[in-house]
Amino acid sequence: MNLFVEAIAWLLDPANWTGAGNLGQRILEHLGFSAAVVLTAAVIGIPAGIWIGHTGRGRALVIAVSSGARALPTLGLLTIFGLALGIGLEAPFLALLVLALPPVLAGAYAGVESVDRPVIGAARAVGMTEWQIVQAVELPLAAPVIIGGLRSAALQVISTATLAAYVANTGIGRPFFEGVKTQQYDMMLGASLLVGLLALVVDLGFQLAQSAAARRAEPHRARSGAKAHRAPQGAQERIHA
Amino acid sequence: MTWLSQNLHIVGDLLVDHLLLAIPPILLALLLSVPLGRLAAGSPRLRTPLLTGTGLLYAIPSLAMFIIIPAITGFSLRSPATMITALTVYGCALLVRGAADAFASVPGHVRLAAAATGHSRWAMFWKVELPLAGPVLLSSLRVVTVSTVSLVTVGAVIGISSLGTLFTDGFQRGIEASILTGIVLTVAVAFALDGLCVLAGRLTMPWLRAVRA
Repeated sequence: MNLFVEAIAWLLDPANWTGAGNLGQRILEHLGFSAAVVLTAAVIGIPAGIWIGHTGRGRALVIAVSSGARALPTLGLLTIFGLALGIGLEAPFLALLVLALPPVLAGAYAGVESVDRPVIGAARAVGMTEWQIVQAVELPLAAPVIIGGLRSAALQVISTATLAAYVANTGIGRPFFEGVKTQQYDMMLGASLLVGLLALVVDLGFQLAQSAAARRAEPHRARSGAKAHRAPQGAQERIHA
Repeated sequence: MTWLSQNLHIVGDLLVDHLLLAIPPILLALLLSVPLGRLAAGSPRLRTPLLTGTGLLYAIPSLAMFIIIPAITGFSLRSPATMITALTVYGCALLVRGAADAFASVPGHVRLAAAATGHSRWAMFWKVELPLAGPVLLSSLRVVTVSTVSLVTVGAVIGISSLGTLFTDGFQRGIEASILTGIVLTVAVAFALDGLCVLAGRLTMPWLRAVRA
């Protein structure tokens, strides 16, 4: 347990929070980079997932992509892109995008697909156009599951962004790998605790957003919370790196 | 291809290392999660702490876990024990929830009927609940299997030997073939073990096929 004391001492050491490349800057890099990846995944994955869920076309593709991607080792992608693209942010960005897209896509697809068919039928019967159905009926009802997909992606990306420092000098992975290289365990553990904390905080934020969306989608079921809004088991879960 | 043929023995050794790191945590996670999941499904009071607790574990990044576990247990950083413990914890994070869902899906009237025909609690678990929870449990186990195989590779950055070593070695020495071999083999191992899970499911739950047919 002594190591934990040392790690926390390292984390609290004011020297690590001042000057160039201080921990505050690393945290911002980490969050900014992760946010850029998740946003890109959202811009591509959410419209695609909604389209697939709405039309029912390409279902098999989503299922194949989301289960197949689970087997792809992110470290392998990071290193192969790193060799191909050189040192910089491009390689980890691409590798993490490959990690983030399947849960976002699966969430958007599963969310829209889970909307009760009679509700959509009713919307069509009162004369709503397909576009109106998508944005006024399917989107709000699917929102909790869509946010669930983003949550899962964000968690995986924040965790794995630590690994990005293996091929690019960015984020909290930097002190981590410096610790690995120089055998400074307090630094390694301190950086690890910091990433863990960051992941927990962001996860909590998404959980709140998910419950808020659930309350809006189905006010009468609000008490049962976000529990009812999980995508089917296995659709988006993956143990993240 | 020349790289692969010249390094076949190294790749073979790493493949064995990889399997030895991936298979024990999958089995351990299954062994631990079934009773925990049954507990969570059976008692609303235990459900929330058990599922929230394991859910929180899931949010800890694996690189962090590989450092935190030796700090708690005193295992050496590069030992297989560290890796196996970390992966077992992750496996449980997903499987406890899966098992709780699986046992919760057993209909109450079936349980009542089993009790009425004189099944003891023990017999009810083995003969009624576990078989009925089996299919849902199997689908969670498959997720854990594939993810675990892929996650083993991350250990390579702190020096734990596995197919992931082909990534770190290949990156440092600029050998693309090494990295590609690692990726292809990791995916192949994941699918092979996933196939074994499906096969084991068919052997232990022959009624599944009968229902589908």
